[in-house]
Amino acid sequence: MEWEAVIGLELHAQLATNTKIFSGASTAYGAEANTQACAVDLGMPGVLPVLNEKAVRYAVRLGLALDAQVAGRSVFARKNYFYPDLPKGYQISQYEIPVVGPGHLDIDLDDGSRKRIGVTRAHLEEDAGKSLHDGFGTMSGIDLNRAGTPLLEIVSEPDLRSAREAVAYMKKMHSLVRYLGICDGNMQEGSFRCDANVSVRPVGQSEFGTRSELKNLNSFRFVERAINFEIERQIELIEEGGAVIQETRLFDPDRGETRSMRGKEAANDYRYFPDPDLLPLEITPALIDQVREELPELPDARRSRFVTDYGLPDYDAGVVTASREMADYFEAVVSGCGDAKLAANWVMGELAGALNRAGLDIADSPVSAETLAGLLRRISDETISGKIAKEVFEAIWAGEGDADAIIEARGLKQVTDSSAIEAMVDEVIAANPEQLEQYRAGKTKLMGFFVGQVMKASAGKANPQQVNQILKQRLDG
Amino acid sequence: MHNRTIAELADAMARGECSSVELTESALAAIDSASDLNAFVTVTPESALAQARAADDARRRGEAGALTGVPIAHKDIFCTAGVRTSCGSRMLDNFVPPYDAFVVEKLRRAGAVMVGKTNMDEFAMGSSNETSWYGPVRNPWSKDTVPGGSSGGSAAAVAAGLVPATTGTDTGGSIRQPAALTGISGLKPTYGRVSRYGMIAFASSLDQAGPMAATAEDLSIMLTAMAGFDRRDSTCADEPVTDYRAALGNHSLKGLRVGLPREYFNAEGMDAGVATAVQQAIEALREAGAEPREISLPNSGLAVPVYYVIAPAEASSNLSRFDGVRYGHRCAEPRDLEDLYKRSRGEGFGEEVKRRIMVGTYALSAGYYDAYYLKAQQVRRMIRDDFARAFEQVDVIAGPTAPSVAFAIGEKADDPVQMYLSDIFTIAVNLAGLPALSIPAGQSDGLPVGMQLIGNHFDEARLLGAAHGFQQLTDWHKQRPSPEA
Repeated sequence: MEWEAVIGLELHAQLATNTKIFSGASTAYGAEANTQACAVDLGMPGVLPVLNEKAVRYAVRLGLALDAQVAGRSVFARKNYFYPDLPKGYQISQYEIPVVGPGHLDIDLDDGSRKRIGVTRAHLEEDAGKSLHDGFGTMSGIDLNRAGTPLLEIVSEPDLRSAREAVAYMKKMHSLVRYLGICDGNMQEGSFRCDANVSVRPVGQSEFGTRSELKNLNSFRFVERAINFEIERQIELIEEGGAVIQETRLFDPDRGETRSMRGKEAANDYRYFPDPDLLPLEITPALIDQVREELPELPDARRSRFVTDYGLPDYDAGVVTASREMADYFEAVVSGCGDAKLAANWVMGELAGALNRAGLDIADSPVSAETLAGLLRRISDETISGKIAKEVFEAIWAGEGDADAIIEARGLKQVTDSSAIEAMVDEVIAANPEQLEQYRAGKTKLMGFFVGQVMKASAGKANPQQVNQILKQRLDG
Repeated sequence: MHNRTIAELADAMARGECSSVELTESALAAIDSASDLNAFVTVTPESALAQARAADDARRRGEAGALTGVPIAHKDIFCTAGVRTSCGSRMLDNFVPPYDAFVVEKLRRAGAVMVGKTNMDEFAMGSSNETSWYGPVRNPWSKDTVPGGSSGGSAAAVAAGLVPATTGTDTGGSIRQPAALTGISGLKPTYGRVSRYGMIAFASSLDQAGPMAATAEDLSIMLTAMAGFDRRDSTCADEPVTDYRAALGNHSLKGLRVGLPREYFNAEGMDAGVATAVQQAIEALREAGAEPREISLPNSGLAVPVYYVIAPAEASSNLSRFDGVRYGHRCAEPRDLEDLYKRSRGEGFGEEVKRRIMVGTYALSAGYYDAYYLKAQQVRRMIRDDFARAFEQVDVIAGPTAPSVAFAIGEKADDPVQMYLSDIFTIAVNLAGLPALSIPAGQSDGLPVGMQLIGNHFDEARLLGAAHGFQQLTDWHKQRPSPEA
């Protein structure tokens, strides 16, 4: 039987506010345990939550970017359960009426086509603290620094059909929240997290199969591996006559498998009800308009503009707009060198390769956009060839200075003086009479040999076009 | 200085007849000699005398306000920085908050001197002050009877003249019912009039802090100091605060349209003595030019059942934070997390609190939520609408505060439903978020009877004015229990 996977993602984006969603405590990452938790975060008696307006604006930003309905009135609800790192015994979240209603996000598939993925909702909620199980003997420690950090939970429709699609969607959303400046996207620090709901069904069947929820997927790679493993597991299980049970499963990256988180999860009754400490959240059309004004150019719009304004192929435009930082970098290079296609080739080629090898983000590139533009200007004005430029780039990367300094220091300036090139050409022809004879006898592909010899004689600095031109004159003459 | 009002004490201090330090020493001595009432959970003589000295200094500098140097006490539900705040529970017997409640802060800034924290029903759950971990409070009028609850300690302290005023909280009648049973005045302001910040939550959508004192005039002085916007409480209203005392004269009884809900006067289980006393009080209002008229609040009978869904539901969630993990009672030698939770909560909470947590948890459970919680919210809106319609026709609504006078300690302790009916006239007011007060209006069997006046939202000035007007005509508020009661 042929099977089809049905996948929906729940993404948790930590909002990049300075303070917590319901208190004035700092959200900065990495502080000493429990130094960034105030009375509200600690769930002390009598203290009350006060909503962070910035978190609301950030949610509205995402709503607008997803072309979603932003609720004029949404409601905070309490999700009740006991856990030591949940200080109040309930999490303040949104349940029946979320701040962001149905919207969508378009993703690019491997075959070059686009697919629209429905976003069911996005709602505001507070993060819990952390339980620490090492170093406390038979006890556990609690760190409440993270408690109350604002989260936006973004829930997709079950529109994804493969692990690849799921990753494409997650990457696109990751890029979007960073474009919007609402989340730093740092997955190591848990700023952007993913749970995946996965089920399988025979191709052609419209009902969904029973799903499992995968947790602990804190990298794109883990998402892909976990979903693929889970799809295989479910298919195998069904084909062997078993049945998938609805449960939460934890991905174990060391073993590359998902494991049932047996326990009370399924038995939990969260007893949601509207939080009486918070009034319904009212979002006026005026606020929405204001947020719309602040909205940066979104990735899809920027991509189209790069195609129209810079004449980039759609693929290239997609690559350089994949992150706001890369797109900003690219535009800075273009404005510094004036050649968009050349800029795209270098940003996507040499630069991306070097960053990748060094494991660096473009934001941490040792080669600034200004410096790269300086190098590309020397290609455009034919001071150096593309080949020499690669050597210069490596030197820039190694910190030897900017393009002009390196070209000067290493004497890499291209030879464009015709008489100098003519002299080299004559020397090469004189030194290879045998090849000259064969060429003149019709073996014209020896042209390449001669070009190579001349370039070698010039240590790569001779202008290739001029070399070609002069050689042709001499050989054919 | 015993049995004097805030207004009288402030005048005496202004005339130099006594100092705040003297008043405070006198209050501390009175509290000590009335320890059999069990009105106080904590007395704070050192900080009280320090505050009194500061108040006397302020007065010498010419910076005295209406409350400067006046000794008061706070219900032990209000967090006080550095002073144990127990909420009447073993759970918080060891809890010392690092912050002050808004009400505490406001009254201190107004110059009032806090002499201690008053006893109360555990987590404000009770109508007799018998659920307190610290034992029942005795009613100064008859020490075998209850003072009402949950602000029983605050009520008894004023009734016994230990301090001229106290703070209380009212979720279903917890200021008004004890005020009625102890012959004092007590005001539950409009929901949102006073910030709930630092007030330990029972049922967040119903809880409201208010003053308790001998007279409506003193209530107005207290409310002026307690009210106001506080951005730390999202449900607090950004409404201007009137000088309620200055406004007392603006509201005469003449022409005051007084609604008398027929449902309140025909209620089952109402003491005849209470009914008679309240009717006589209304007669007095009529003679002063008020215009009583019968009205109907058709959904009144639903208030108690609705309340006993909503309040426990909210409480079950509010009390989840008391888990033995960060503060409060923790059981000895927990074996594991589950054991820590079960025993800490099992030992820390008393029977009534557990009962309400269970009822509330049930009402919010999957499969029951719609039938209980949601339905209760719908009926709550109907009750609110009843009042809105009534206030199209009348200025205030009057009736008995409680169906009976003070009952014997132990009499209803084993019958929660009978106990819940003590609040039959007060609960609807919380559901509707309205302001209401109770003032002494007569006696039955030698025990005080309270009359409740209910006002429209944020109409405290009119309510206080009407109560003040009544107290100009009568002297029930001046009656005090005999010391050997």
